[in-house]
Amino acid sequence: MLNYIKLIALGLITLFAMIAASYARDLAYQVHAILIMAVSAGLFLWTLRNTDEPVPAAVLETSYMDGVIRYGVVATAFWGVVGFLAGTFIAFQLAFPALNFDWAQGYANFGRLRPLHTSAVIFAFGGNALIATSFYVVQRTSAARLWGGNTAWFVFWGYNLFIVLAATGYLLGATQSKEYAEPEWYIDLWLTIVWLAYLAVFLGTIIKRKEPHIYVANWFFLSFIVTVAMLHVFNNLSIPVSVFGSKSVQVFAGVQDAMVQWWYGHNAVGFFLTAGFLGMMYYFVPKQAERPVFSYKLSIIHFWALIFLYIWAGPHHLHYTALPDWASTLGMVFSIVLWMPSWGGMINGLMTLSGAWDKLRTDPVIRMMVISLGFYGMSTFEGPMMSIRAVNSLSHYTDWTIGHVHSGALGWNGMITFGALYFLVPKLWNRQRLYSLSMVSWHFWLATIGIILYAASMWVTGIMEGLMWREVDANGFLVNSFADTVSAKFPMYVVRALGGVMYLAGALIMCYNLWMTVKRSPAKDAVASSAAVAAE
Amino acid sequence: METYSFLRAFADSWMLLVLFLFFVGVIFWAVRPGSNKTHRDTANIPFRNEDKPAASKEARP
Repeated sequence: MLNYIKLIALGLITLFAMIAASYARDLAYQVHAILIMAVSAGLFLWTLRNTDEPVPAAVLETSYMDGVIRYGVVATAFWGVVGFLAGTFIAFQLAFPALNFDWAQGYANFGRLRPLHTSAVIFAFGGNALIATSFYVVQRTSAARLWGGNTAWFVFWGYNLFIVLAATGYLLGATQSKEYAEPEWYIDLWLTIVWLAYLAVFLGTIIKRKEPHIYVANWFFLSFIVTVAMLHVFNNLSIPVSVFGSKSVQVFAGVQDAMVQWWYGHNAVGFFLTAGFLGMMYYFVPKQAERPVFSYKLSIIHFWALIFLYIWAGPHHLHYTALPDWASTLGMVFSIVLWMPSWGGMINGLMTLSGAWDKLRTDPVIRMMVISLGFYGMSTFEGPMMSIRAVNSLSHYTDWTIGHVHSGALGWNGMITFGALYFLVPKLWNRQRLYSLSMVSWHFWLATIGIILYAASMWVTGIMEGLMWREVDANGFLVNSFADTVSAKFPMYVVRALGGVMYLAGALIMCYNLWMTVKRSPAKDAVASSAAVAAE
Repeated sequence: METYSFLRAFADSWMLLVLFLFFVGVIFWAVRPGSNKTHRDTANIPFRNEDKPAASKEARP
C-alpha cells in the first residue's frame, strides 16, 4: 500500500519537475528541475519494480543499522577531498588571478567557487561526518537500532541531494548571498524536510534506548540537530519571485537581516561545527583512549554552558555597523565568557588521556584527536579575543579572520573527523586494524604542517593589511591604497596555498589508506564476520 | 508599552534571571551528592553494547 502512495507522489514530482524545467526562468532552476526529474523518475521506476514483491522479514532488532553509516563514511571522505581541492584551487586563484580562466568566466571564477568550497567542507564533509557518526554513536550508546527503518537512508540520500543542488546552484549563479546559507528557497525547503527526518530518526532512537541515561555525546548531537533546524528556518525566510525561478527576496531587511544572518552564521559555527563535533569527541576520544571521559560532571556543565552562551555570540560579527551598540556589546561579552566552557571541554577531552599518555607515542589516531583538541583550544582562545571591539577594528575584513576560521575548521573539525574515520572504517568493515599506521602518521604531519603554514601566513597577512588600511600620514591622509595591500599579500598567499596542498595530500593518503583497509586488511575473525553478514 | 520595549525589558530582567537560575541549578544538579555512581556508570556507556543492541530493557550487565 505504501508503495502506491510513493508511486503517486514520485509521479507527481516528476511531472511537476518536467513542467518546471520547461517554464524555468533561469539556468540554475532549469538544471535543478531536470536533476529532480531524473532522480524522482529513477526512484519511480525502482519503486515500481519492487512493488508487490515479497516484503523482506521484519527489521532485525538484534543488530545495528550500519549500512547507512558505511555510505556516510565514504561520502565524508569523498566530499572532504572535493572541498579541500576546491579550497586549494581558490587559494591559488587569489595568489595568481590568471587562474580565473577566461573560458570559465561566470562559472569557475573565485566568486562562484568560494561558496562551493565553504559549503563542500562545512556541509558536505562536516555534515556527512556528523550524520554518519551521530547514527553510529546514538545506536551504540542507546543500545538500540536506529528508529524509523529506511528513514535513515532517506536522510543520507536526501542530504547528499541537497549538497548536489546547492553546489550546482552556486556554479550557475543561484545564491541568496547569505554567507553559509547561500542555497535558494526550494533547496532550503528540501533541507528542512531532510533535517526534520534526521531529527525524527535521532530522537526516535534515543526514546527507545535501552540504557537508562542519555550519554553526553547524544546531548551534543541533539542540540546540534535542533538548533540547526531553528537557525536554518529563520535565516532562510524568503519569498520566491516566481515558483518557476530560483530568485527569492528575504523577509527581513537592513540591520535586522544582518543580525539574523550572523545569529545564524555564528551558531552554524557554534552548533554545527562545535556542538556536533563535540558529540564526536565525547565518544571517539574515550573509545580510542580506552578509558571513560575524564569528568562526566564537567561534561554536563560543559554542555549547558556551551549552549547557553553560544546562541548570543552572533552580534560580534557586526561591530561598527548599524547594529545598536548594546547588541554588539552583548555579543562581545558572551563571546568572551564562552572561553570558559570551550576550555573546560578541551581540558575534559585532553585529561581523558591521563594515565594513557603513552598512547600518543604508539597510536597516531589518538595523536590526531589530541591535536584536534589542541586546535579547538587555540581557535576558541583566538575567537573571543577577536570579538573584542578594539581587536576587531584591526582584524575585521582582513585575512586574520580567514586564518582563524581555518585553524578551527582544518584543525579541530578536520582532525577529529579524520580520527573518527580511522576509528570507524576497521569497525564498520569488520577489519582487525588499519592498513598502515605509518600512512596515518604521514597524514598527521602533512595536515599539521599544512595548518601551521595556513594559520601563520594568514596572521601575518591579516595583521599587515589591517595596519596598512589604517595607516595615516602626518596630515591625516591614508598612506596605502587598497591595491597596495593586495600586492603586499602575494608571498603569504602562496604560502597559504602550499599549506592547502599539504592538507589535501594528507587527505588523499587517508583515502588510500582507508580503501586498502577495506580491501587488504585481515578480517576480524571468520566467526564474527559471518555472524555480522548474516545479521545485516 | 510597545512590543519591542516590553520584550526588551522582559528579556534583560525576568528571562535573564530564569535562565541564570536554570544554569546554576544545572551546576548544583551535576555536583549533587550521590551523583558519582550514576555518572561513573553513564560515562562507561561507550564500552558496552558495541556490536549489537541490548536484548532486555536494562542494558547494564
